This record gives sequence, structure tokens and C-alpha cells, in this order.
Amino acid sequence: MLANIGLITLTLAFCFSLYATIASLYGGWHALSSLVESARIASLLVVLLLTIPVLAVVYSLYTFDFSQAYVYDVSSRAMSPFLRVTALWGGQQGSVLFWAWLMSAFVGIVLLRKWDRDRELMPYVIFVAMLTTTFFVGVSLFITNPFTRLWHVEGAAELTQALFQPAANAMPYFPPDGNGLNPLLRHFGMIGHPPTTYLGFTGFVIPFAFAMAALITGQSRRDEWIITTRRYTLFAWIFLSIGLILGGRWAYDVLGWGGFWGWDPIENAMLMPWLTGTAFLHSVMMTEKRGMMKKWNMALITLTYSLSLFGTFITRTGVISSVHAFSKSALGPAFFAFIGLTFLGSLTIVYLRWDTLKSDHSLESIISRETAFVLQNMLFLAITFAVFWGTVFPLISELVTDTKITVGPPYFERVTGPLFFVLVFLMGVAPLLAWRKQAARSLGKAIWIPFAASLGITAIWGTIHRMHPASIFGLWLVTFTLSLILAEFWKGIQARHATRDENVFIALFNLIGRNHRRYGGYIIHLGVVLIAIGIIGDSFFKQETQGTLSAGESLSVGGYQLQFQELRGYPGSDGRDIVEAVASLSQNGKVIDELNPRRDFFIVQEQPVTVPGVYSTPGVDVYVLLLGWDTAGTSATFKIYVNSLINWLWIGGIVMILGTIIATWSNPARREATYVLKPEVLTT
Amino acid sequence: MRNIKLKIILFLIALLASFFAFSVVYAQDGQPGHPTDNDVNRIAKQLYCPVCPNTPLDVCETKACEDWRAQIRDQLAEGWTDQQIIDYFVAQYGERVLAEPQRKGFTSLVWFLPLVAVLLGLGIVYEILKNWRKQKPAPAISAPLPQIPDEILKKIEREIREMD
Amino acid sequence: MTEQLIEEDIQLHPNTSGKKSGIIIAFAVILALLGLLWWGLLRAQAGPVEVGMAPDFTLTGFDGRTVTLSDLRGQVVIVNFWASWCPPCREEAVYLEATWRKYDGKGVIFIGVDWADTKKEALAYIKEFDITYLNGPDIGGRAALDYNIKGVPETFYIAKNGELRGVHIGPLQSPILDEKIEELLAEPYP
Repeated sequence: MLANIGLITLTLAFCFSLYATIASLYGGWHALSSLVESARIASLLVVLLLTIPVLAVVYSLYTFDFSQAYVYDVSSRAMSPFLRVTALWGGQQGSVLFWAWLMSAFVGIVLLRKWDRDRELMPYVIFVAMLTTTFFVGVSLFITNPFTRLWHVEGAAELTQALFQPAANAMPYFPPDGNGLNPLLRHFGMIGHPPTTYLGFTGFVIPFAFAMAALITGQSRRDEWIITTRRYTLFAWIFLSIGLILGGRWAYDVLGWGGFWGWDPIENAMLMPWLTGTAFLHSVMMTEKRGMMKKWNMALITLTYSLSLFGTFITRTGVISSVHAFSKSALGPAFFAFIGLTFLGSLTIVYLRWDTLKSDHSLESIISRETAFVLQNMLFLAITFAVFWGTVFPLISELVTDTKITVGPPYFERVTGPLFFVLVFLMGVAPLLAWRKQAARSLGKAIWIPFAASLGITAIWGTIHRMHPASIFGLWLVTFTLSLILAEFWKGIQARHATRDENVFIALFNLIGRNHRRYGGYIIHLGVVLIAIGIIGDSFFKQETQGTLSAGESLSVGGYQLQFQELRGYPGSDGRDIVEAVASLSQNGKVIDELNPRRDFFIVQEQPVTVPGVYSTPGVDVYVLLLGWDTAGTSATFKIYVNSLINWLWIGGIVMILGTIIATWSNPARREATYVLKPEVLTT
Repeated sequence: MRNIKLKIILFLIALLASFFAFSVVYAQDGQPGHPTDNDVNRIAKQLYCPVCPNTPLDVCETKACEDWRAQIRDQLAEGWTDQQIIDYFVAQYGERVLAEPQRKGFTSLVWFLPLVAVLLGLGIVYEILKNWRKQKPAPAISAPLPQIPDEILKKIEREIREMD
Repeated sequence: MTEQLIEEDIQLHPNTSGKKSGIIIAFAVILALLGLLWWGLLRAQAGPVEVGMAPDFTLTGFDGRTVTLSDLRGQVVIVNFWASWCPPCREEAVYLEATWRKYDGKGVIFIGVDWADTKKEALAYIKEFDITYLNGPDIGGRAALDYNIKGVPETFYIAKNGELRGVHIGPLQSPILDEKIEELLAEPYP
């Protein structure tokens, strides 16, 4: 019953969405404000209309309505209520609907704000945003419909999936239980990863729509659209970042290879829009402050949005082979057409309006923040290109040479490593560069102590721990950048202490409070450095060992010893059987922890999931996997990874989120100030 | 004063440079004839599963991968070198088992193009910076008046605020 | 005066030819990418080859015998892709061997292509099911790529004139293979 209502509202949503797309374009072009207003109302209605099918699917999942094909696919009686609800995005049909709903909600929020300053942009913002929404709602309605039911046609060996009764003698089928969500996906990381990623991807449609609208209306000489969309960009960006981190955390916890990033095509598909999105986030700052880089902004937001679509395309169609493949469907051609339209359409619009993107100012000195921004953009683009090239090259190679090849981590690490190195260096130094012209002497003064200190620390550490040459560079880089960022805070605190006699903590609090954007940004950069520490630790200091042990025997690696005690077997929740090993971990002879690596076997799906036993400290994770055992239970095979510094990845991620919250929070004193137009703009 | 700073920095750089003279040596586990799991993984790490997409051979859990690791173990026990085993794998199962793309033939393009892109990028940066310098500056700055116009005053105030 | 006009003209139309070539390159790259993706999409959705001439290959069996597909004109050829680690392959192994023994010498050739397998396990598999028709490893995965198999087991039917007459994906069950062979034997040749 509810499913039928869901289907009806989904259809209505499609109709209204299509109407909004057409009406906004026509109304905008012919300056018919009432038509545009109707498009706006239609768009808001779409949000409401899409909420109902989403609730209908969730309800069907929750109440075990297995006659619905989607519910049958992703849910089962053994799953907890929480898992059942989050199975909304556990499969193709549900996730497309979820995506469409999130996108429409973003558009709705934007449309509810006051439009007094950007009234001319509204028709085209609605057009671009609703065009995309219509596409996704259309895909959900016509191709991956979440409300298809299971039917049993007389005489047929298999069940048919259809929206409506496929044949006169077909009966709806009510399976007693469902297949259940893929056991690998039942982890907090994988539950959080799709919503945050989708929020990231769909969030970028707002700045993209504004950018296109600004170009179409010729308003791109004025840069208000950047200020208007700044919070949406930041919001989308942080969620994309969280999505990446959660994905990595999931891989680390569940996939059982002790790593968090494999440079798989679908991981890359998510990384690329994040790279260009980060570049865009910074590049718009330059337009805000100096009226420069407008061409860059257009290129970057178009790239970010296009790469998001590209990412979704290769994820859901299996064009490039990957471990993450969704189940394939007829999605391919429709998506392809939409991507083609978006790529070529946005390129055309940018080209036609290229001349409206002239810079307001010129470069006054090579040593300046402007130069740093240009370098930053080029670095991000170079990394994005390298990742893109490595991702699509197997496809090109297959086309040209008719053999399959793999482009694996060695390529990506070797090519992007040095580029990331320079980028992080730039991230540390750029805040020290003034706009327009930075005197070399004052730059030298600001840098020399952190520079010498970092060299010193690296030299001392390098003498004590002989290590891989590249890691020495890495160590120097993180100490240098860290000290530069901390120096910025220190200078500010010092100044407040000297002039207002505030103690360190109050000074720090007020410092951040007076300028959320700047210090929030520094905190985000701090988070990035921490993540860099984690990555360096994982890339260069990882140790591993594997061996089979009888009860009482030990394996050692990196100063740690693991002693196998016994094996236990018992049934677990969610329909699984568990085989668990009990092992004690010692360091230099002293017992520090008892670990229980185990293997869960999900009976219905016939799928094993390896759950590691992990000993975590800020400095290291000792990560133990139970690989196998003999049937008598007297011996077991273990793999131990010693992952140095890996927890700094997750800590860095949290710091980044904190920094973003601070940066997004509006400064009470400056709220009016941000709306002051530059004098030059008024005279243009 | 500046001389001393420079000297300190140069000394530290020299000290650091001395660390790059050594190279990391991998310990050889196990005796010939009895390869350990780590020996097998050392080779398996450089290979990808021939069947499953994008899965390294040392972590893949399918029966097929177990068979391949067992094959590597047997070959090691017979005295094959690492390179011989890898070459055999490539010949038997195709180029896709290599984690790192080869640097010859068509595949060399995968390495070559990013290098070209970086060089191109540097060239573009150079061009952009050059063009920006040539552009006429904004009119507000070129006013050589004894009294300062309001616009500039506003600008100065804003920049002071931003420097906070 | 003229210099000023020319300068203004350059200001209004700066570097247009550079801009034009830039956009042409950008469009060309995007179109090339779209073409690549379209090709990739078709390939991802395409199943194993079912029509046209069967791709030729030369197989060296585990027992040393060699066979080249194009040498077998005039006979019906059944090409079965399998692997020792593949459970469904085991389901059809007995049926395949039995059918082979039935048609051996009657103008039908069975070829087993062992895909992505290890010699040790493959030989054990052959011994377990007492398989007598020719089986050999697919070196470099070449045949698998040419036939565009999506997995194992897959069985290809090849007529006397070397053309493909279809493919069976998944384990074969009696009497599907017998029927298909009879059908192919009935075809006239040349």
C-alpha cells in the first residue's frame, strides 16, 4: 500500500521536476518572473514528493516486506533495525532514490533563502540544478525503480521482477526471508560512507549551478555567486572528505589487508572530485579578495561536478573493472548520455562566456599569495590528471592492445607522491605570503626558525632510526609544515598577550573567535598534516609477518610477539557463525593485551568476513588477522601487521572536521562586512 | 646574524644528505627448500590476482589465490628466484597480474604522460604569471592624488581588518 | 592614433586564435573520452562471443598433445572453459566426459581450456574426473580474452565450418549438450 503511494509520488516528483526544469529555462530566457516563481515552487514540492518514496522504502525495509524486490535483495530477518533502515542505500535502486532526494533537498534549501541580490541568477540556477535532479529521479523511476515487486508467473522456473503484474496469471510472491545486506557492508564506516559521499557529490551541484547561471546571465563579472555559495561548497567538501575517510576506515577494519586505500578505480573516482573541489575552495578565495582566477574557478567547479558524475558513472556501470562494482543494470546508456550532455554543455557555456572572466587585478610580484594559488591549482590539477590517467589507462590499453593490464599502487604512489609533497609544502608556506607582494626578507625571517628546527629534528631522528630515504623527506615536511602552522597560532597568541595581557588559553580562544575563517583554515591544514603523518607511517614503516602456530607458539615482528592460545567457535548475531582465536600480545617480553581476531561466516549469504584483533596506540596499530586453522583446532595461521602512525589518519580527519565547523561559523562582528562590495566592482 | 642562520641551515642539510647514502636491505627469511609464508607474500605482494579485479595476490582469499600462493611456495622450494616466479606468472596469466605497469611498449605511456603534464603545467604557470604582469592594473591604484580617495581608504581599512 | 586603436583591438580580442585552438583541443579530448567510455560500456555489457568465426587458438595440452582450432574444419568442436577452483565446473565435469566418450570418433572434438589455473590443481582435477579429452592451460589468458568470457564454466559450440553457434554459460546439464551436438552434426559440410 505504502509502496504504491511511494510509486505515485515518485512519478509526480518526476513530472514536477521536469516542469521546473523547462519552466525555469523558458521563464528566465523570456523574463517571465511568474513562470520562474512557479518553477521555484515546483522544485520545493519535489523535495516533499521525494520524501514520501524514501519513507516508503524505509518502511518496507523495516517491516520485512520481502515481496518488494529491493527489500528482498538487501534486507533479511536477521538484521538489526538500524541496519534495516540504513539498507536504504545498501543497493542500487535505493541509493539512486536516496541520491535524488538529497540533491532535491539541497536545491530546496538554496531556494528557500532570500534571493534579493542574485535574482537574475535564480532561473538558471533552478534550471541547472533541476535538470540534474530530473535525471536522477528519472533514472530512479524508469530504470532502477525501488518499488519493483516479485512475481511468480505460472510455469516459470524463476521469479520475475516487475512494477506491475507482468502476465495475467502472475501472482505476487512473498518470500519468507530476504538475502540480507552484504555482510561486508555491515560496518559503521560503510553505513556512513554512502550518505556522506552523496552529500558531498550532490552538494557541489549548488556552486556548479550558480557558476553556470552566472555565466549564462553574463553576471560572471560580478563575483557574488562565490560568496553566496561559499557555505555550500564548504559543506559539500567536508562531507566528501568525511566520505573518503569513512571509506578508508571501513577498508581498514573490514577488508582484512591492513590498509585503507588501494587506488582502486572507484576509490580514485571519489578522490578526483575531492582534489578539484579542494582546489576550487581555495581558488574562490582569490576571486573574493583580488578578483582574479575567475577562469580557474569556472574550470575547477565544472571539473569537480563533472568528475562527480564520472565517478558515479564508473561506479554503477562497471565500465572500469573494480572490486567495488555495484550490480550492473541498464543504467549505463542513460548515464552516459547525461554525462556527455553535462561535459559538452558546460564546456560550451564556459567557452562562450570566457571573455567575461577577466581578472580585476594583475600580478605585482612573483613572491606573493597569488602565485601560491596558481601553483596550488596546477598541483591539484596535475595530481587529478595523474590519478585520472592511471584510472582510465587500463581501458585505453585494452582498446589499443587488446590485453588487460593493471595500473596499481606503485604507479599512483610514485607519480602523485612528489606532487603531494610539494602541495603540502605549499600549504605550509602560502599563509605566510602576503597578497600582491611578499618581501623576501620578511618571508625568510618568518621561515628560518621552523626550517632549521625541522631540519634539526629530522637529522636527529634520522640518526637514531635509520630509515627509507623518502621517509626522511616526509618527516622533514611534516615537521616543517607543523611548525609553520603552530608558529602562526603562536604569533597571534603572542600579539594578544602583549597588547591585551591575555593568558595563552584565553588568547587562543579569542584569536580563533575573532577570525573563524582564517584560524579554522589553519586547523584544517593541521588536520591535513596529521593525515600526512599517518600516510607516511603507513607507506614507509609498515611491517608484516605471517605464520602458522600451534597452541603456545609465538610469532614476532617489530618488537611485538603474538602467542596463540586457543580457538573458539560460537554462533553470533545477524545470522553468522564465528571462529575466534585467543592470542596474547607482548612487547619486549611483557604482555600488553589479549587479542581476538576472528572469522565470521554469514550462513545465508555464504560469505566470510575477517575481523581483525587490533591493539591501538597513537604511535602504532598491531593488527592481527586469523587467516585459517586446522579442523582439529590445534593450530591456526595468523598474519600480523604493525601499522605505524596509522591512527593519525583518523585523528587528522576529526581535526579537519573541527576546523571546518569553525571556518563555517560566521563571525558575528563580520557578518555585515562580507556583503560589502569591492569599490572597483561598483564602477565596472 | 644572517650568516650564522645560513650556516646552521647548511650544516643541517649536509647532515641530512648523509642519510641518503644507505639503502634499505630486506632480510631473507627461511632457508632454501622451506619457504615461509613471508617469502611467499614477498612475491605475492608484487602480483595481482589474475581473476578478481584489483586484488593483490597476498590478501586475496579465494581458493584460486590459495592455489597460486601454493604454486609460488612450490617454486620457491625448487629454488626459483623471485624474478623467475614473477616472469612465469606474467607469461601464464597475462600482463594484468603485474601491480606496476611495465615501462616498455604501449604501457610506458602511463608513466610518460603525467611527466609531460607536469612539464606542461609548469609552462602554463609561467605563461599565466607573465600574462598577469602585463595586464593593465585596475584604475583605482593609478590615481596620483595628494589626498587619498575614499575607495582606497575603504580598501586600506578592509585589509587591516583582514590582517587581524 | 592607429597604435592606440590596434592596442584597443588587441585588448578587446586578446589572443583569440589561442583561445580557439584551446577550445578545439578541449572538445576533442572530451569527445575522445566519451568515445572511450562508450566503448568501455559496450564491452562491459557484452557477453561472450556467440556469432561469427570462432577465434582461433593453439592449445598445448597437459599431456603434450597440441591442437589448433582452425585445423579442425569438418568436425564439430566443443570448447569448454573451466578451472579447478570453480565449483560449478565440477558439477558438469562428469557429464562432459560421458558425452565425449559417447561421441568420440564420430566427428566431434572436445577441447578443455583451463583458465587461470595452476598445473598441480588442474592435473588433480583431470585425474579426479578421469577426463580423456584434450585439456590445456590458456597461456596468458589469451583465449579467454578472445572469447570474452565473463567467468567459468562457459561452453562454446563450434560448427564444422568453424563458425560459432552459441555459448552455454554455467554448468551443462543433460541432455543439453547431446542435443546441441546432434544439431551440429546434422549440418552439411562443406
